[in-house]
Amino acid sequence: MKFQDEYRERELVQGLAGAICREAAGLQQPVRFMEVCGTHTMAIARFGLKSLLPSSVQLVSGPGCPVCVTPVGYIDHALALAVLPGLTIATFGDLLRVPGSRSTLMAARAAGADVRVVYSALDAVRLAEQLPQQRVVFLGVGFETTTPTVGAAILAASAKGLQNFFVLASHKTMPGPMQALSSDPGLRVSGYLCPAHVSTVIGGIAYQPLAERFGIPCVVTGFEPADVLQGVLLLLRQHLAGEARVEIQYARAVSWEGNPKARQILAEVFEPVDALWRGLGMLPGSGLAIREAFGRFDAARMLAVELPEPLEPAGCRCGEVLTGRIDPSACPLFGTACTPETPVGACMVSSEGSCAAAWRYGATI
Amino acid sequence: MCLGVPMQVVELHDDVVVAEIDGVRREASLMMLGEAVTVGDYVIVHAGFAISRIDPHEAEETLKLMRELFKPEDMA
Repeated sequence: MKFQDEYRERELVQGLAGAICREAAGLQQPVRFMEVCGTHTMAIARFGLKSLLPSSVQLVSGPGCPVCVTPVGYIDHALALAVLPGLTIATFGDLLRVPGSRSTLMAARAAGADVRVVYSALDAVRLAEQLPQQRVVFLGVGFETTTPTVGAAILAASAKGLQNFFVLASHKTMPGPMQALSSDPGLRVSGYLCPAHVSTVIGGIAYQPLAERFGIPCVVTGFEPADVLQGVLLLLRQHLAGEARVEIQYARAVSWEGNPKARQILAEVFEPVDALWRGLGMLPGSGLAIREAFGRFDAARMLAVELPEPLEPAGCRCGEVLTGRIDPSACPLFGTACTPETPVGACMVSSEGSCAAAWRYGATI
Repeated sequence: MCLGVPMQVVELHDDVVVAEIDGVRREASLMMLGEAVTVGDYVIVHAGFAISRIDPHEAEETLKLMRELFKPEDMA
């Protein structure tokens, strides 16, 4: 596959890993870089990239898996909607098995709720057109890569005059959580591999305050093995040179300014709100809610349900895994009570979760 | 969740393209894309939307730069 295979070439990967080892010899003490995005976490585990790095260069996962950082109360809300008569839930597959306080969407479906997996938010709009007697609620979770697609679906539903399409929105934004983590002196992160596809929308410029204010090197990095290793090498070089700036390794898809058209959709349909992140708590202005002008598509406003008090699963340490404080294997539930078959926490469910990656690839994440 | 796949545009319609990877074809909306695309271009497709056009020049530059970053002895 073009624009994929070239960046998986053995020679390239080996050469870049060798260059990292050579330059790491100049380190006075070990360095920790955080890959913020769940897709990076998965690529690093899948391609065994940690085994190519010297022990002095450590990679730690961050809060970039949208499903994982979504609080349990959101799943409870979706579950409460799912049991309403005449209501269809349309969702990305990732959310099906995420435990709410008492159940999952998959269990609700088995018990008779109409829960359908869609590939795109536009598929949910089509579903609403096909099922005019049903109310169709799309579960809107994701960062700036996904949120404009949900915004576009709302605009499409509005243009079609649909009365039965709704979104339960829990969208979050970068780089707010990276700033929150940077303020934590206990974390010792010396550089960020910044998300690839989020950055197609927000651009390299979004990380500039992070580099300037916190003095942390930031490299927007692609998802292929050679991309990740080049990202690590660029971070290492900045670190060794005592620099902190934003570089774009993934220049074939990410520009400095990002994608203004996608951001315009975001701004038209959504507005910033404070948002609750698993592991990080409430972060001001780090979420996106549906604007009042599009309020008739907002499931939270239009469809009243009783919500139970959310209960985080006992013993689950997802929050610490998501913020790079512990490795998945340090959680006592990992691989015992919590496996992909019987997940306790979201990090074991999502295809991008650190615990799922550690379980699947047997790696220390 | 932010997974995106580099796919080649094989058909161009008003606000939708048909894009292909490894023989699999899918429609991708152009609502999010701010730049013009033509048949033969590669785009990153995420959840039914083209989110970015891949710049072939930058792709080549990155490969070139990668090769300059390591020395022959790094291959050992």
